[in-house]
Order: sequence, then C-alpha cells, then structure tokens
Amino acid sequence: MTQMTVNGKAASTTAPTDKPLLWVLREDLALTGTKFGCGVAQCGACTVHIDGVPARACVTPVSAAAGKRITTIEGLAQTREGQALREAWIAEQAPQCGYCQSGQIMAAVAVIKQAKGPLTHQQVLDQMAGNICRCGTYNQIAAAVVRAQKALG
Amino acid sequence: MNTTTARDTTAAVDTTDSHPTVTRRGFVLGSGAVTVGLGFGATGLAGCATTPPGNASFTPIAWVTIGRDNVATIYSAGSEMGQGTMTALPMVLAEEMELDWAKVKVVQSPADPKRFGNPRFGGGMVTGASRTVQGYYEPLRLAGLQGKLVMLGAAATAWNVPVAELRAENSTVIHAASGRRISYGDLARTAVAPAELPKVDKTMLKPMAQFKVIGKDLPRVDLAAKTDGSAVYGIDVRLPGMLYATLLPCPVQGDRAESVDDAAAKAVPGVKAVVVIPTGVAVVADSFYTARKARELLKVKWTTASRARRYDSDAAMKDYLARAEILADAGVTFHSAGDAAQRIAGAAKTIKASYTSEHVAQFTMEPMNCTAKVDGDKIEIWVPSQTVGFVVGGVAAAGGFKPENIKVNITLLGGGYGRRVEAEYAVDAALIAKAVPGVAVQMIWTREDDMTRSKPRPLAAQHLVAGVDAGGRIVGLRHRVTAEGVYARVAPPAFRAAGNKDAPVMEFSETAYDFGSHLVQQCLEDRGVACSFWRGVGPGYLVFAIETMVDEVAADGRKDPLQFRLDMLGKAPRGQAVLREVAQMASWNQPRAAGRALGLSFSAAWGSFIAMVVEASIQNSRPVVHQLWAAVDCGHALTPRNVQTQVEGSALFGLSAALGEKLSYQGGEVQQKNLGAYTLLRSNQAPRVNVKVMPTDHHPGGIGEVGLPPLAPALANALARLNGKRLRTLPFPANMA
Repeated sequence: MTQMTVNGKAASTTAPTDKPLLWVLREDLALTGTKFGCGVAQCGACTVHIDGVPARACVTPVSAAAGKRITTIEGLAQTREGQALREAWIAEQAPQCGYCQSGQIMAAVAVIKQAKGPLTHQQVLDQMAGNICRCGTYNQIAAAVVRAQKALG
Repeated sequence: MNTTTARDTTAAVDTTDSHPTVTRRGFVLGSGAVTVGLGFGATGLAGCATTPPGNASFTPIAWVTIGRDNVATIYSAGSEMGQGTMTALPMVLAEEMELDWAKVKVVQSPADPKRFGNPRFGGGMVTGASRTVQGYYEPLRLAGLQGKLVMLGAAATAWNVPVAELRAENSTVIHAASGRRISYGDLARTAVAPAELPKVDKTMLKPMAQFKVIGKDLPRVDLAAKTDGSAVYGIDVRLPGMLYATLLPCPVQGDRAESVDDAAAKAVPGVKAVVVIPTGVAVVADSFYTARKARELLKVKWTTASRARRYDSDAAMKDYLARAEILADAGVTFHSAGDAAQRIAGAAKTIKASYTSEHVAQFTMEPMNCTAKVDGDKIEIWVPSQTVGFVVGGVAAAGGFKPENIKVNITLLGGGYGRRVEAEYAVDAALIAKAVPGVAVQMIWTREDDMTRSKPRPLAAQHLVAGVDAGGRIVGLRHRVTAEGVYARVAPPAFRAAGNKDAPVMEFSETAYDFGSHLVQQCLEDRGVACSFWRGVGPGYLVFAIETMVDEVAADGRKDPLQFRLDMLGKAPRGQAVLREVAQMASWNQPRAAGRALGLSFSAAWGSFIAMVVEASIQNSRPVVHQLWAAVDCGHALTPRNVQTQVEGSALFGLSAALGEKLSYQGGEVQQKNLGAYTLLRSNQAPRVNVKVMPTDHHPGGIGEVGLPPLAPALANALARLNGKRLRTLPFPANMA
C-alpha cells in the first residue's frame, strides 16, 4: 500500500511499488491528463510535480512518491497558477494536437516559479527544451509562458 | 444539456458524445466524387437520432441539430489531430446557415461515411493529404444553405408569410416587414423537416465579401480541454472492467511467432491471457505495467522467412541512387509537358544533380493504441485514427466481423502526420479483444514498439537534369524519382486505375513553374518494407530537389533567385504574389549580419501557394535557423491564425527532419527505437516565425502540410550562400564544415 497526496487529496494504491507513477495515475486514479510519450524520460509528456518539483512520472516508481505531494495537470488547473497558464495557453491558441501540452504546462509552471525576473521569449525556449512538441507549437508555448508570468505578477 | 459558455465567439466541444451505430460502407480511395451533405432529407436521419438528452430538438440537415435552447450541435467529420478541423468544418456550415457561433457545440460525427464521407476521398471518411477542408468545403456550405432554407421555410409556415420576405442571422429568422423575430431554437419546437430538402447550387452561396464566420480568427473549440487534462485521446478511453494489453511485435515485419513459451508470463499475477496474433504476441492484464512486465518473460521464436529481412536501407539507397541516374530506365511517366529530353539535349548548358532523402518516422507523441470490446459477433472500437474505412476494412477482414457489426468511435488524435491513416493497430486490438470476449481491452504500443513497427516515408533518390539556354533560363527539366510506393501497397486498385502512378510519392512534382518542358519519371521500388504517409509525403523531398536545383541554376547564371522564380511563374500570379510578399517581409535585398544569409524557396501543393525565406548561419559545424518568414495564399482562409500556426508547425516539422531525422533498417529491423537514437527538434532550436496569410477569392487549399516542403530547400539555399556548398541529402550531413 502506497499512500500519497494527489492534487491535495489523500490517495492510496495497492499497486506494486515498482509500478511507475504514470500508470498509477492513469490506471488506478483515473487521472489521464498525464501522458505516456516515450517511457524513457526524454519527451516530457508525463511531467508531474512531486513536492513542487517537476518529475518524469514514466520513470518514477510509485514507491518514490510515497508520502509526497503529487500535482498533475488536473490539480494544477484548479490553482491560481494553473488558471493563469490555461488562460495564456488559450489566448495564444498554443495547442495543436495537444497531447504534449499537459507536460508543457507542468514544465512551464516550474520555469515561472524559478524565474529571477521577467522571462524573455528566448529564455523560455531555452528552458523548455526538455519537453517535445511534435506539432511545432514551441513559439506559441513560449508566448503563453511570457503572458502567464505577466498575469501572475 | 450542454456546457456551452456564452462567451462571445466561443463554441464548445464535446468529444465524449456517443453515437448510434449506422450502416457503413467500405473505404473507396479516389474512386471519384460523390455528393454529401445534400439530399439527406428526413428519411436519412433515422440513424442520426442524437437528440440532446431531455430536450426535443430539430435536425434540418444531417450535419446539425438545433436544440430548444437554440444551441446548434454540429457534427465534425474530420479526425482532429491538431490541424483544427473540429473548428474549421463547423465554421463552414455555420457561415451559410447563419448560425450564432457562440451557440454552437461541436461533436465528432458518427463513423458513417455514407453521411459524412469526404468526396475528395471517394466518399470515405479519411482525414489526410490536406483534403479535409478542400473536400468538405462546398458540400458543407451547400448543406448549411439548405439548413438555413429549412429554417426560413419553417418560419414562413409559422407566420404565413412568403419565404422571400425572410432573412436569417445569428440563429434567428427575421421578418423585417412586421418586425418579428424567432430563434432557430424556438422554431425547432414545431418545425417539421420537409419531405425533400430545398434545391441549392453553388451560385446561391455567399460571396466572400459577405462572410461573417469564414476568415475570422475564432478560437479553436478543442483547446480548453487540451489545457486541463480533460481532452480524451485514444489512450485515455476508460471503460468499466477494462483490461490493458501490450504486444511484443515481430522485430521484422512479415515474420510471425513460430513458437511461444508463455508459462512464466501467464504465472504473473494479474495476467489474464497471452494471445498470439500475426504481428506478435500479446499479453492482456489488469494493468499495462503488469502486461509489460509479463511480456519480458515471454520466450518467442520468430520465423525468419520475411522478405524484409534482406532490407538494409543504406544499401538500398545506393541502389535507388544508381537507378535514378540511369536515364534509360524510363519507369512510369508521372508528368510530361513538351519534349524535355530534346530541349535538354539542345540546350546551351546542362546542370544535373542527385538528391537523397532517408526514411523518417512520424513519431506521434501519442503512440499507436486502440481499445476494443467484442460482444458475440459484434465489436466496438475506440481509436485515434485518420481513416474510418481502414479500421472497418481491416477489422472485418482480419477479425471476421461483418462491417455492419463494427462500431467505430474516433477519439482525439495525439498527432497523426499520416501515421494514423493506416489502421494495423486497430486490427491488433480487435484480434486481442476477440480472445477475451465481453471485456474491453486497451492495447498500447510502447514507444519502442511504435518505432519497431514504423511506417516511414519512402526512401527516395532523385536525379534532376536541367537544360539551360544561353540567357540562363531553364528550357527543360528532367526529374527522376526512385522510391518505394505508398498507394501501390495501400490502395492497389487506385494505383492501377491511375496508370501505376503513385500519387502520394509523386504528387505536385509537376510544380507551378513553366520550365519550358518538363518530364517527371517515377521508378518504384518494393523491398518488402511497408512505407506510408508522412506529413507532406512526396513534396517533402520533391520540392527540396526542385527548389535547390532552381536556386543552383539561378546562381550559376548570376541571377537573383527571387526574380528567377518570378520569371517562371508568369502563368501563376498567385505564386508570384506570395514570392513578392515574402521578399518584402524578409527584406530580401538587405544585407544581413556577418555570417548570416537568407535562402528562398517556393511551393505550390494541395491547392495552396507558399513562399518562404529563412535566415541561417553555421555554428559549430551545424546549421542554425534564426528567423523564418512565409507568405501563403490558400484561397479562402478559414481562420487565418490557425493557418499561421499550421504553416509554422509544418515548417518546424520539416526543420526537425532536415536537421537530423533518419530512420534506418538493417536486416529489415528498425535501428532507432526511441528518442536519443531518433532526434526531434526541441524548443531551443526553434526559430522565430513570421507567417503572412494572403486570402484570395479561391476555393480553400490544404494547409496542414504546406509549410513543410519549402523549409528544407530554403535552409539549404541559405547555407549554400554561406559556404558555397549545395546540400543534396535529407537529413543534412551531421557536420557542415
């Protein structure tokens, strides 16, 4: 039995302790917003936050999440930061197929939190290189991050 | 009944609607146009009873249902894979039907080609080849007009006034003489569908100047759900009691499991079944994780008889190149204008060059997957697919299901790029589900499985010979292409009917240029490895060769690459216009910073014209694109902003490929199984992009692929200006020094 906090609520699973967090979220907790892309921590589609730090859920055994606070896109969307990011994403019409965008948004919130000052478009492009978008929405994502940071003040 | 927010110009989307099963018909590729959207009448609606729950409603035409709350629910027939079809197609209908876009809800249409097929695919429900807006545009406008006329007719009856005195706007019918107004929703309470739909024709459609919806930058209806994790892709389908499956694929296509020792796999707690199917060995379990762990315990001996085992792509490329250069091998003439051989023979000068382009993988971010549930002789399928017909046809043939017993639900697609046109993953899932009847099974390919079972773009070698006159003008171009076929394998009847011309491999090689004379020859190869659609397909390499050759000839004659192209487009003023525009945007004649250069290219494909300029430099022996400008004329531009991002996205897709994508085979086995081995463009490599949309009063052209073909040649032409070296390979060499 692994216990953790997912999106602010207590959650537990009897899944094997080496089962990746990604599949616990998607199969056992019905949180399908976190995506399976490459399975080797290279594409960023499965990005979640563990105790506020971005992590690749596809290679994180659920045991590593025990007792920790997990935030997924579903949870983030309910927060002030999440709302600002969503609004910016929509204002910039960023997603195309959209499959990578949960991971992009989870990565973006960390980029904004770590920023020392106003982010430039190029800084966002440089700092978001861990998340692949096959549709080529990088510039729209960068514009959305800059916009969201301004909105959050 | 729905969650439509009344925010101005915001339509809602519901991708989770379920639909009744209706009869289907098989996939017919390119067998000629059929009329859709017309003449459905009341009788055609029996299977279309998607009445919004608890709310009487009215369906004036098959594409739309009007609720009492005045919400219009529009069916979108295309597969939404990021190109914006779920917004674009309903907009076209809304335009002519005078719908209030803020009161529009969009749902994925039932998988019923009879009602929702694309005439540009012979009536099949296929989303690809940039033909969705192209194919549905006129049918949807005519259907929308019919819908409006039905509503006007209903109001005329209700008020007992002549139809001619009525007009419609914003989902409301207005009688100006009496000042009366009634919403479509109020009309829906009493309206009766006429026995026969009003007769309409093209001359009755609105002129471009009167468009209210088309040409507006309306927000895409699918984006809100794509920012909070609620969008449902194929891999997100969840059904009661659902099981998960993984499939250990044969490493080489065409081979199969000869013997399987599954004792250890079956002993893993949670494993429900091990199923041997032609493409591999599947493990079905209560979790995908369990299935994958158990899969590692399988001991499988594969047959080794497949012809594909002799395929080595590097060796094949040498063969293809040699064949392209043997002029005596005429192959199949794909296009001929004038006597190119003679004009080239008599030219003052000839310039020739050969080009190669490697296999490339679509690498959709959502790997192939499909969910299926078998009940007796029926099967229901949830699948992110570009082609309903291939799902039905494949499952019917392999699974022994009658087509009418196959219900297909198309989900959102986490990328398509041509990979989801074919539907072998649906066949896999159906065969696995058949072994565990009564239970829904979701089969997911791992990334490594997805790469192992690649359906890449054909490997291509091209040889071009240009005849040039004393004035430096091209008087003849011979263009020879050696590549695997796509239609030859995927749609043999269409291929044969076209005189063995393989359209996806070769199309638009005729170009918009006047070369004086032009001969395009196709030499098809078949080495037992399946090649397929990849964003842009043929133009991705054909335009690369043509545009770098054109640039080379211009440079050889010391001509301005821009003027050189303009001079060959005297019969294509739309082509000239985009070239002039992009030159303006990029300040083509202005000097650049030291170490930087501009490169130009042009492409006319899928009914759209595009010109592109890139500014590039070489850093650490690698090309760097700093900025990119494009001007595009796609006729009526439905949502210019979406056109911009599609051009940008497809250009970046092309940049990714040019910089480093190569999929290779050894002994028939794919060598690059995941990221790392197969590299994709990342955000820190993305240039700034400026796209200008230049709408003209023409039928819309395709837009989802248009930015791809001109990217590689524009970059190659820029790099040639920097170091004098002509690049003739895709991808470009790893080291530019």
